[in-house]
Amino acid sequence: MTLPNESLVRLRYRLWPDHVIGELLSKPWMETAIPVLVMILVFWGMAWMVPSLTDTGQLAVIARDLGETGFVVLGLAIVIMAGGVDLSVGSIFALTNLVALLLMHKLEWSAPPAIAVTILSGMALGAVNGVLIGYVRLRAFLTTLITLIIFRAVYSLAIAEYSMDIAMSLPDSTTWDFLGMGLVWGVPVNVWLFAVVALFLHILLTRLRPGWHLIAIGGSRRAAYNAGIAVPFTIMLTYVASGGFTAIAAVFFSSKLASTGSDIGLGLEVTALTAAVLGGISLGGGRGSVTKAVVGLAIVLVVTNGMTASGASGGAIRMALAGILVLAAVFDIRWVKNRHRIIASVYVSPDYLYLPKPPSCEPAPGNVWSVNDKLRAVEVIGLGEVEGPEDVILDRNDNLYSGSRHGDIVRFLAPDYTKWEIFAHIGGQPLGMAFDKDDNLCVCVGGMGLYMVRPDGEVVKLTDETNRSLTSVNDDSRLRLADDLDIAHDGRIYFSEATRRYEMSEYAVDALESRHSGRIICYDPRDGSTKTEIDNLLFPNGISMCDDNQSFLFAQTSAASISRYWFDGPKKGTIEVLLDNLPGYPDNINKASDGNYWVALVGMRGPALDLAMRMPGFRKRMTRRLPFDEWMFPNINNGCVFKIDLTGKVLETLWDPQGVNHPMITSMREHKGWLYLGGLSNNRIGRYRLPEGEGAPDYVHYERRWGKKA
Amino acid sequence: MPKIEFSQQLIVAVVFVLLFGGLSLFLPGFFHLENMIALLQSVAILGILGLGMAVIVIGRGVDLSMIAALAIPSALTLQLATSGVSPVLAVAAGFALAAAFGAVNGWLIAYAEVPPLFATLASGLFLAGMGQAWFFSIESVPLPDALEGLRVLGRGQTAGLPNSVLLLLIMSVLVWIYLRKLKLGAFTYAMGDNPRGARMAGLPVRPMVVLQYMMSAMIAAFAGLIMASSVGSMSTRIFNSTWIYDVILVVVLGGIGLSGGRGGVTNVLIGTALIGTLLNGLTIMDVSFPVQNLVKGFVLLAAIVIDSIANPRNEETAQQGDI
Repeated sequence: MTLPNESLVRLRYRLWPDHVIGELLSKPWMETAIPVLVMILVFWGMAWMVPSLTDTGQLAVIARDLGETGFVVLGLAIVIMAGGVDLSVGSIFALTNLVALLLMHKLEWSAPPAIAVTILSGMALGAVNGVLIGYVRLRAFLTTLITLIIFRAVYSLAIAEYSMDIAMSLPDSTTWDFLGMGLVWGVPVNVWLFAVVALFLHILLTRLRPGWHLIAIGGSRRAAYNAGIAVPFTIMLTYVASGGFTAIAAVFFSSKLASTGSDIGLGLEVTALTAAVLGGISLGGGRGSVTKAVVGLAIVLVVTNGMTASGASGGAIRMALAGILVLAAVFDIRWVKNRHRIIASVYVSPDYLYLPKPPSCEPAPGNVWSVNDKLRAVEVIGLGEVEGPEDVILDRNDNLYSGSRHGDIVRFLAPDYTKWEIFAHIGGQPLGMAFDKDDNLCVCVGGMGLYMVRPDGEVVKLTDETNRSLTSVNDDSRLRLADDLDIAHDGRIYFSEATRRYEMSEYAVDALESRHSGRIICYDPRDGSTKTEIDNLLFPNGISMCDDNQSFLFAQTSAASISRYWFDGPKKGTIEVLLDNLPGYPDNINKASDGNYWVALVGMRGPALDLAMRMPGFRKRMTRRLPFDEWMFPNINNGCVFKIDLTGKVLETLWDPQGVNHPMITSMREHKGWLYLGGLSNNRIGRYRLPEGEGAPDYVHYERRWGKKA
Repeated sequence: MPKIEFSQQLIVAVVFVLLFGGLSLFLPGFFHLENMIALLQSVAILGILGLGMAVIVIGRGVDLSMIAALAIPSALTLQLATSGVSPVLAVAAGFALAAAFGAVNGWLIAYAEVPPLFATLASGLFLAGMGQAWFFSIESVPLPDALEGLRVLGRGQTAGLPNSVLLLLIMSVLVWIYLRKLKLGAFTYAMGDNPRGARMAGLPVRPMVVLQYMMSAMIAAFAGLIMASSVGSMSTRIFNSTWIYDVILVVVLGGIGLSGGRGGVTNVLIGTALIGTLLNGLTIMDVSFPVQNLVKGFVLLAAIVIDSIANPRNEETAQQGDI
């Protein structure tokens, strides 16, 4: 049956990358894109209404303002990102302006020490705030409101005393004049300095430890404290930085105007606060960047300069600023609150997948898939003692290992497997396992990467990242869902990563999406390198080496197929599909004693889901309109174990439709005449006695792979 | 022996008595009937504003826009009356503006979830800017003859007491009834104590917040009318003053913790008395305005340090982003 327009649908989903929208939206820098867009719109609108705004003279005024007020905004941004707020910047600005003028005009210092002392005095004023808020734990808003009054009162008293002295003399310093009026390549000198400082601050906040501490404190003060960050000290430093930055702005201001008016710095805190919030720096902390602060300030300056140029009154400008401030805050708060919902509703982007009608499993003569109940009588090991043994493996001393959802490797001791111990604790969810030549247990850990457990139980990380692919929007260098592995003869480890778009807990969503977002990665222990070997697979899962030491088999769960890949030899780099259109979803693949391969089917396909896979739009609507637990997911309650040879022929199937003793099968491992079974959501391990003549009673996978050891 | 509790209220009362006594003894001209009446009159408006702020702070909020709500609606009333609108309509328009303004504040805080300090700082600036840009062409709007009847509010006397002081007492009784006798008052305390708990218990927390900010804006507008009637005009530049800090000072000094859920009308009255005495003393001593600000700043700083020790912030109920 073909659906209407199916070829069009296929084409549309092949050409249009739906997943990119969700991945773009979840990028942190997307948040900066919105203020940048607003800035462009505002500038365009203002330039249209006030044509004089784009004159070079007017632009230079805006630039000089940016390089001056910008310092104040940067300081305030630091404080806000750490979860505080500094309203006293206006008063600190006024006071440090006075300090600079006193030093230069009255005491006639030379410029460098005067600048240094001015900045130090700003930092000292900031330290007052810092101690009160960081150590005494006062509320930032009220405290800086009070210091605003106090500093302002001091300023008012001081100018009454000194303004005459300052007006009487002029400093004779070319450095000083250069700071106020100088141009470098046609651009005011303070703009250059601002660019350098902003760049440094950006690196500090995004790449260096103090910046990370700061953001962490803003995100959650208590969590940061519990993580061992020096919270009071760091908070104090943010206010010191704010004071220092404000003093830098004051240096430029004083060298430019030499003014001691009573209204200097009045309302500066509102301008700076508007700029910061408008740029998208969240009040309450934890989110923000230098770019956001600069963009926010650019918007504010364009608006105020534009309004002034068009002859608006001071009241109107204040009203506009306050209005923008409130709107930006409301927008920011709504965005932070609903962001994850918006992303969640666009992130899941189902792809088109066509699977032909599966072979029948009805019992019939000659049908190798005929359902039987051979696995009904499997023995149960460790009932209730292990949770989530996705894969099971045995060492050459017959001990049985499995992962657990607690992140442990559990070891059941031979010969009867009634005693067990925690062999090692890794974390994450241990999935596929394999022994290397030196009896090290290599484990794929969902959520963490590729790990190795030494025979003495020591855990070693082998790799948790690979090369970043150029076309992916998500940063896919970090491993999300390492699934199964096998080890080549030269020690290279090939392992599958089921998806790069979802975490372990959301693997079912990736199955629903059926997008080619999985890959097979090679870790080379000889030089410690990791690189992606095969990309764009449909939930790659089980991996098993072939005897030629040049190729391996791998299963793609969502594609219901098994393929063979040559990593060496004349056919290097080629993939051949061995078997497709399986009746269910294949999971792990492991070697059988007769040289063939055991494959687990984790669940069976159904006609409804197969049809849904051809209707991506339908699945998209489903994810949007229904709650998560009502989505259609692949059936993973019932499956089977089957054996194939290298020609892709199915040799035998083992079923258990009731699933009483062992409900779900994700993995199987043959060992000395037994087949051991694991299941991702089981609380037990199963073992099935292979009938006489089928399994080799002395088969130990390790010995077959690496040879007998003494 | 009964344990004596050193509540902040008690401490402030003692400080008040000491200050009052000290000033009476050592400051000539302080302890006179005329000065006492002047003192009471000067703090009556502050006290009324403090009552409005108290309602907000008890519900765990703060309203920095009260001065704007005091100035702009009452100036609008004066302006409308000057331009020939009937006095009743002019007063109604003023209060309608205050109510709408309070509702916007409440919406921003309750529904848009903007931190109250921030929302009211910005909205106050907005209202003041709007007044200057749209409503008034002059900075000080005089009280027109049409509103001569209002003068009784600010200038009249009843039984020797200035009417403004009487109004403070009446407002105190009204707010006391609201806080202690009405269900709404109990809700306010519950919200201030634990907003999330109150919400889970089914209290209409968001509408309550809107109601509280409407109340504070209208109380501020009422105080504005009293002020206009006693001064004879309303300055629209008053917003730039540091008056709002006096109001916070009254509330915090009186012992209403900024973390909400504590205190009542008595605290406001004690705080008002203390601040009134302090300011009056400073004025008589002819201390300049910046120095007065300096003193107020340090007193307020000391007050919030003590407040943070007496009412430590509870990490469990403090909102994320509570700055």
